[in-house]
Amino acid sequence: MLNFDHAASTPVHPDVIRTIAEVMQVHNGNPSSIHRNGEASAKLLERSREVCAGALGGVKPEEIIFTSGATESNNLAVKGMLLGRSDGRRHIVTTTIEHASVYESCKQMEQLGFEVTYVKPQLDGTLSPEDIFAAVRKDTVLVSVMHVNNETGAVQPVTEIGRQLKKIQPHVRFHVDGVQGFAQVPLDLREAGIDLYSLSAHKLRGPRGVGLLYIREGITLFPLLSGGDQEQGLRAGTENVASIVGAAKAFRLVSESRTERAAKMNLLREQIIEAVNQHPTLTVTNPQHPSPHIVHFTFPGLKSEVILHTLEGLGAYVSAQSACSAKTEKPSRVLLSMGRTSEEALSGIRISLGDEHEAYDIQQLSKILHQAIDVLQPLEGRKR
Amino acid sequence: MTKKYDYLLLRFGEVSLKGRNRARFEKAAVEHVRALIRPYPDVKVRREFGRIYVDPGSQQVETLIPILTNVFGMNSLSPVRAVQPELGEIVRASEELIEAMELKKETTFKTNVRRVWKGFPHSSQESNPLVATPLLKRFPLLKVNVRDPEFELRVEIRDNIAYIYGEVIPGVGGFPLGTNGKALLLLSGGIDSPVAGWSALRRGLEVECIHFHSYPFTSDKAKEKVIDLAQGLAEYAGKIKLHIVPFTEVQTAFTQMGQDNLMITLMRRAMLRISTKVAEREKALALITGESLGQVASQTLSSMNVIERATELPILRPLVMTDKDEIIRLSRQIGTYETSILPYEDCCTLFIPKSPTTNPNLRIVNKVESVMPTLEQLIQEAADGTETIELFAGGSVKRREEEDAKAEIKQEWF
Repeated sequence: MLNFDHAASTPVHPDVIRTIAEVMQVHNGNPSSIHRNGEASAKLLERSREVCAGALGGVKPEEIIFTSGATESNNLAVKGMLLGRSDGRRHIVTTTIEHASVYESCKQMEQLGFEVTYVKPQLDGTLSPEDIFAAVRKDTVLVSVMHVNNETGAVQPVTEIGRQLKKIQPHVRFHVDGVQGFAQVPLDLREAGIDLYSLSAHKLRGPRGVGLLYIREGITLFPLLSGGDQEQGLRAGTENVASIVGAAKAFRLVSESRTERAAKMNLLREQIIEAVNQHPTLTVTNPQHPSPHIVHFTFPGLKSEVILHTLEGLGAYVSAQSACSAKTEKPSRVLLSMGRTSEEALSGIRISLGDEHEAYDIQQLSKILHQAIDVLQPLEGRKR
Repeated sequence: MTKKYDYLLLRFGEVSLKGRNRARFEKAAVEHVRALIRPYPDVKVRREFGRIYVDPGSQQVETLIPILTNVFGMNSLSPVRAVQPELGEIVRASEELIEAMELKKETTFKTNVRRVWKGFPHSSQESNPLVATPLLKRFPLLKVNVRDPEFELRVEIRDNIAYIYGEVIPGVGGFPLGTNGKALLLLSGGIDSPVAGWSALRRGLEVECIHFHSYPFTSDKAKEKVIDLAQGLAEYAGKIKLHIVPFTEVQTAFTQMGQDNLMITLMRRAMLRISTKVAEREKALALITGESLGQVASQTLSSMNVIERATELPILRPLVMTDKDEIIRLSRQIGTYETSILPYEDCCTLFIPKSPTTNPNLRIVNKVESVMPTLEQLIQEAADGTETIELFAGGSVKRREEEDAKAEIKQEWF
């Protein structure tokens, strides 16, 4: 079975698995305990924080808190910025293409009386910085924009947005959901004026259940989980030490190999696009700046689910929309907001690459794609 | 990456290097440089005509500059190019130096050529325009100003080498390390004592540290914190000895005396007595504290008066007249602040009575101590039971590895 759904989750790196197993075997202390057993766990946690800070381009370890994943990080970034404010500012700017964990957090905040402006992308799925700036108001607290879109792979101009934002609206905080962009597309958090940055370990060959939120020094958030004072009081709950150590290793490994990985994936990505383009019924989504690991296309007239299962039957896993929204039968919010018809928005397929892929796998994939089209073409527009 | 510079040139203050002490001071400074660059084994140090030249080996001088600005007694340092003593070579190297400055606006300069080797065909006077003219041609933003130039390009021509440099980076000043003798620093976990230690080092003292540990009343984290602070000082001194005194017995003995408001006075006096014994053993001639007048109950003038009588050694208090804000600024500057504010209690913050006296009565203090027959013995035992740790510049990585190993943490997990 070929797995081309790495943007949903990745196989855990063998070294990471070994690390987690060893740490679990040796260390069972609660990092908050003050005896040696606990202190050893606390040390592991701090070492992990330093490694992550290094992987994020040399930020301060204190600027990182560990979470259960990017969904939690995104929730904390959005809600934590808005809740408990006493300055009367009640507005967020975000986009229609954000991951559900940002988008739905904003929706929830609307229910609580906050105001949200959802900026639409241009036709190619890329946001225009001007549109973001135009949406910013006097009472805007936060601008939240993802680095790489999880469906189309469109790289968003976050550096331009962040730098400009700091100049024109220095009081506005800038959150970037970095889940699909980290170690795929270069990004300097400081240069981009990023105040909050979310990551998930399992998209980068780390374990599930670990994410992090970079919180630039000086930013205060309203915690969503109350309890002990773990993670500087921002995230109560006993830390998942072994998995955090594993996650730190995974972040380090991908950040160190970014250039080579991107070069390799870009080549493979070209080959996939070539294969898809051989079928006139398929339309490749062509963002201005694509991430090396994602190819997206639509097959108007067929539902993504049908295409996905056909490919699965022939031996390749791909994805329809993002995994988190795949089970809804609604047309993709991201594609609709790019101005695509609902027919198009119902038929999106995402192929995403990982470290294990070689040219041979792409040849296999193109064969499978041919076979699938042969099966599906006659059904187009008929079977719903 | 090619090396822009061949050497670093370290200059020493006229005052400190004058007279009969000169050779001794220079030697101390060289030793200090050697200690600071210990983590870089291929960096070489050479002493010549009252200056120190550092050959960066495989290192970039940019790595070494922030380390070497901490050489005590050094007034300034310059990154230097070294070339054959030929005019063409000298001009070329000068051009490269100015190139590296990436001039953005009009900049005034002058050349200062010194011909030490008379075999060079041009005199010092003649050489200045010979070097300056091609530079002015090549860099239109350069303008000559001999009275008050923004930078001075210096060229020194010796018989087998010519040194060229422009940039002058200020050093920390003071006296070369250890040239004023040795003293023992009472290192608590606070903000002040590391700053006092640094001031003493800067003033040419060799410093050893002593810390009082009251396990289990103070945690191992408190001890680790003090080791980290001493490590911070070792980054400046090259090497620091830290004596850790088991203070629990002495401290608990005092709590039996029912003199709560004198607790701190008694404790401080015991600390001075133990420190005196350790100082004598280590041949240190004074004690150093981070005390600042009036800061806390034990640092009022009356408290100091009563406490100080417990020792015959001079007590040096580098910060006694310094305001807290300034101490904090220095603490940040030397990099100990973040460690100092970690929340682990040290033995001074334990057993603090509700109302410590700011005006202890010497007679009562003497009386209380005289009715403690075991006190002298407890003090001797504490001094004898001292654990000594040696810390070296750049040693934090190694120390961390040892700590990790003790905690069963493997490097390869990360």
